[in-house]
Amino acid sequence: MKRIQEKAAQRAFGDNQIIRVSARMMVPFIQLFGLYVIVHGHYSPGGGFQGGVLLGASYILLALAFDLKTSLKTFSESMNSILGTTGALIFVGTAVLCALVGGLFLDYSALEPLLPLGPIEWRSFGIFIVEVGVGLAVMSIMLSLYWDLSSGGELDEGL
Amino acid sequence: MTWQVDLLILALVLICAVAAINARDLLGASVIFGVYSFLMCLLWAEMGAVDVAFTEATVGAGISTVLFIAAVLRTSRRCKD
Repeated sequence: MKRIQEKAAQRAFGDNQIIRVSARMMVPFIQLFGLYVIVHGHYSPGGGFQGGVLLGASYILLALAFDLKTSLKTFSESMNSILGTTGALIFVGTAVLCALVGGLFLDYSALEPLLPLGPIEWRSFGIFIVEVGVGLAVMSIMLSLYWDLSSGGELDEGL
Repeated sequence: MTWQVDLLILALVLICAVAAINARDLLGASVIFGVYSFLMCLLWAEMGAVDVAFTEATVGAGISTVLFIAAVLRTSRRCKD
């Protein structure tokens, strides 16, 4: 009992080879499924939000199975904030570009002069662009929520 | 589909909600809340709202349980009152 308490105090509890190997094997499949959900968002259930949450959950699984330092090494904090702001910029940029070209805000069919695909194809393609932006933003927000909450905002040691 | 399945899942959801409120152990309460989210996900899928069920499964059961456990680790595990 005393050894278990000491291990828990050093946060080395659950430091297990089986957990590490299985987490490392699961992460690529979770990320592939997240990408599938984002890309097929306008045909089937799913979309940018759910796919972004799945992508964030794969990195949270890495941070849970290993520790916060390893998680920060695979995906640094500056990279995370750059990706999150890029996602928000893709969303707002597409919408503003539609208004600048001559249509309404978020009216993708107005983008037709840029690439002649036809208005219906452009509506489908515009939803895809916006969902990629939403997925990037949601992934970085979920990851930074977990990092800040588990380390008290200091990013030194996690769960 | 069939109202019997609806009723069974709804009863389990109610039991989980009451148990999550009444649990003395905050870690146990957050795990029960994860079970509640999965049952709500089953209920949405059974009623035909697959998109909402997907969101409930990823956010409610996946991320928010982890965030609750991370928050419990920052406080005391037993509730005081």
